[in-house]
Amino acid sequence: MTDRLSHRVLLASAAPVAAVVIAVVLSSIVLLISGSNPLAAYWDMVEHASKLETQVDIFNRATPLYLSGVAAAIGFRMNLFNIGVEGQYLLAFIVAAHLGAQVELPSVLHVAFILVVAMAVGGAFSGAAGVLKVTRGVNEVISTIMLNAVVISGLAAWWIVEWQAGGEISATGGRVGTEPIADSGLLPDINGLLELFTREVGQGKKLTGVLIVALAVGIVYHVILNRTVFGFDLRASGANPTASHVGGIPPKRMVVIAMTLSGTVAGLVGMTELMDTGYYPSNPISLLGFTGIAVALLGRNHPAGVAVAALVFAFLDVSSGILQISGAASREIVEIMKGVIILTAVIAYEVVRRIREREEAAAAAAAMAAGPAADS
Amino acid sequence: MSPAIELTGITKRFPGVVANDDIHLEVAEGEIHAICGENGAGKSTLMKILYGMQPPDAGTIKIQGEEVDLHSPAQAIELGIGMVHQHFMLADQLTVLENVILGAEPMRSFGRIDFDAGQEHLDEVGRAYGLDINANDLVETLEVGERQRVEIIKVLYRGAKILILDEPTAVLVPQEVDELFRNIRELKASGTTILFIDHKLDEVLEIADTITVLRQGRTVGTVKPDQVTAHDLAEMMIGSELPVPDAGASTVTDEVALEIAALRVAGEGDRAVVDDVSLRVHRGEIIGIAGVEGNGQAELVNAIVGIDDPDEGSITLLGQEITHQSVRHRREMGLGYVPQDRHRDGLLLGFTLWENTALGHQTEEPYSRGPWLSRAGMRDRASRIKTDFDVRTPNIEVSAHALSGGNQQKLIVGREMVAGPAVLIANHPTRGIDVGAQAAVWDDIREARSQGLATLLVSADLDELIGLSDTIVVMLRGRLVARLDPNEITPRDLGAYMTGAALGTGTP
Repeated sequence: MTDRLSHRVLLASAAPVAAVVIAVVLSSIVLLISGSNPLAAYWDMVEHASKLETQVDIFNRATPLYLSGVAAAIGFRMNLFNIGVEGQYLLAFIVAAHLGAQVELPSVLHVAFILVVAMAVGGAFSGAAGVLKVTRGVNEVISTIMLNAVVISGLAAWWIVEWQAGGEISATGGRVGTEPIADSGLLPDINGLLELFTREVGQGKKLTGVLIVALAVGIVYHVILNRTVFGFDLRASGANPTASHVGGIPPKRMVVIAMTLSGTVAGLVGMTELMDTGYYPSNPISLLGFTGIAVALLGRNHPAGVAVAALVFAFLDVSSGILQISGAASREIVEIMKGVIILTAVIAYEVVRRIREREEAAAAAAAMAAGPAADS
Repeated sequence: MSPAIELTGITKRFPGVVANDDIHLEVAEGEIHAICGENGAGKSTLMKILYGMQPPDAGTIKIQGEEVDLHSPAQAIELGIGMVHQHFMLADQLTVLENVILGAEPMRSFGRIDFDAGQEHLDEVGRAYGLDINANDLVETLEVGERQRVEIIKVLYRGAKILILDEPTAVLVPQEVDELFRNIRELKASGTTILFIDHKLDEVLEIADTITVLRQGRTVGTVKPDQVTAHDLAEMMIGSELPVPDAGASTVTDEVALEIAALRVAGEGDRAVVDDVSLRVHRGEIIGIAGVEGNGQAELVNAIVGIDDPDEGSITLLGQEITHQSVRHRREMGLGYVPQDRHRDGLLLGFTLWENTALGHQTEEPYSRGPWLSRAGMRDRASRIKTDFDVRTPNIEVSAHALSGGNQQKLIVGREMVAGPAVLIANHPTRGIDVGAQAAVWDDIREARSQGLATLLVSADLDELIGLSDTIVVMLRGRLVARLDPNEITPRDLGAYMTGAALGTGTP
């Protein structure tokens, strides 16, 4: 039995490991062709990442990527392709920033208010795509892409002007954005928590408090998906909607619920930035929604897998900066690595799936021939 | 002349099982040779070996008298062997022509595809074998029978002289089966050798020139269809006396479990697909619904289960009206359902067996408690179903697609029976499964009936309907047109009712 278990674990981890190894090999070839020394580049990346301050950067980057990945993963579990995470989080970001600045509340309530607004806006906006799908048959890929455009070049562009704060709003000056939220509405950094285990964090780096929110989202996602009847309904309906309908799971309702939940989590993606700066800037950190799709893909929609994938992507993003500074290689190499990892991961997962399927079929055939009530 | 195919001593082992054990098979040039056997008898393995998908562990393969060492389908195709799989492998969004030439495209200069040459070759093939198809139709617009024809043409296009058909009739309606058989006879007339895998014995007897029966990986015997009856063949397949559906003594009570009153489901246009149907099923009773497929049985079942909403009339389950209730509500009240298409409507193929045993009952104990799933409860039930319903599987952790069709069906029947339903809707419960599994399903239904289960049995198998039902009703064009006593009716008479011939009114 332990033999069989270790075999399964080996199979499960083979795919992502193979993906990373192949990505490193291919990137090395690209680096060699472009005249750089791959070993030097990798050494720079690893050395940089071994510093505490860099690790804070990685976690700050991984937090929104994780939330975005989970948002995409919820959709994928239901066989829905929510490409609209990008628009959903930006809309949630700007509305939460604006409303958060309008109210005065005690600290805990203020933060909760902002998070709830963000989740509600993201959920409603994504849920709308779900409603369109079940009532009008509009494919969610099309509707969410179009809704992205509605947000990015429509609502957000309009409201940033409408809700613009007078004068300069940041200490460094020069940035334009919505009116800043009072300090009571900002989640404090969790450097203190981190420093319990390590030394003091330098360079003014702050570990985002949204990390705790993201961890909570991951745990809730895992528990709901795997331990509740609702999660079973969601997975079943995603895997086979007609059989699930026969099994008492209304497919249309599940589509709307899944889209709404996906958007709800998407609404939190922009909170890392909002809780840090307190306003929606004219140039918010973007593309997190699209990267989330890749993160979910690499992490197999699994709560822990998505976390690892988010860390891998965050590591690569943060490394691109040091490559530029050290000059060991072009920073674009990390984009190539990301692409190759995704491609090889998809292929490797499929190969592993086929191997597993074949093994199962052989075992089942064996049981059939062995006759009634075989080893149980 | 040497035979088209000669297999000698073919043996193939999988871990822990001998799938083919010293198999001998000789197929003469230009004959239709049927291979029969229960699910798991080794038919598919044998065909995969012949098609180069798996190498045998021992034995020799001779094609047209030449010994060959097959190790890939490409090589088999080169030798003139083509295979049409049970599940079609066509691209829906491409035309017939594009599908046929896919992977064997005639090329022009600069890597362009020569569609004209492809079309010409396709026409030749169509003419030579009497296969009629419009090359420019999109595959997604084709009926199942036409898709199958495309698959056959695809194989012939590649020059196959030996054609392997893996359960070709499993997906077809009777009219399409006739059409297929016409095509097969024309193929034979033009010199093609056909290996035909099937376990519907009437069909085998109708089409085959020679029949080889496999059982548990061995060749049981090779016979000519005029020397045997379907009964003989079935006994060869299972190796013992053939089970017959037999209801036994009546257990019908006067307690109504399911009542359908003046039910109407509108179809496209004016005509109702279910038209003024009224029916009562009592506890301990099996009501069989006979009818040619497409006469409203599927829609009636969908309305009862709650997948479609009826337009008029009412459905009452155990005294409570459920006409517009949700599927889940009905299931929680004790409605069991064995769907017709187990892959589409019955299983989550990528999920484990224990998760599959919860589908449809996931809101009930022991599968869950309140909003929380109980994995222990699910596994427990799954183990019980595996033992009680003889689901042959290494363990309950494998995914459902690893099981053979018969075992998948036993799992579904077990799942519904273990939940202790008051009413069971059994929609073609034994379609596409082998004789042994069929008998097991019959036993399960009979056993539950004696404990008071009310069953609505929809089936195309007339022997099954007559053998199991307490009463048979005939459905024609959405209406119930006759109510018959199974003790007094023969399959032939029942068939006459199903087509409307026996009603005196004829068909319009």
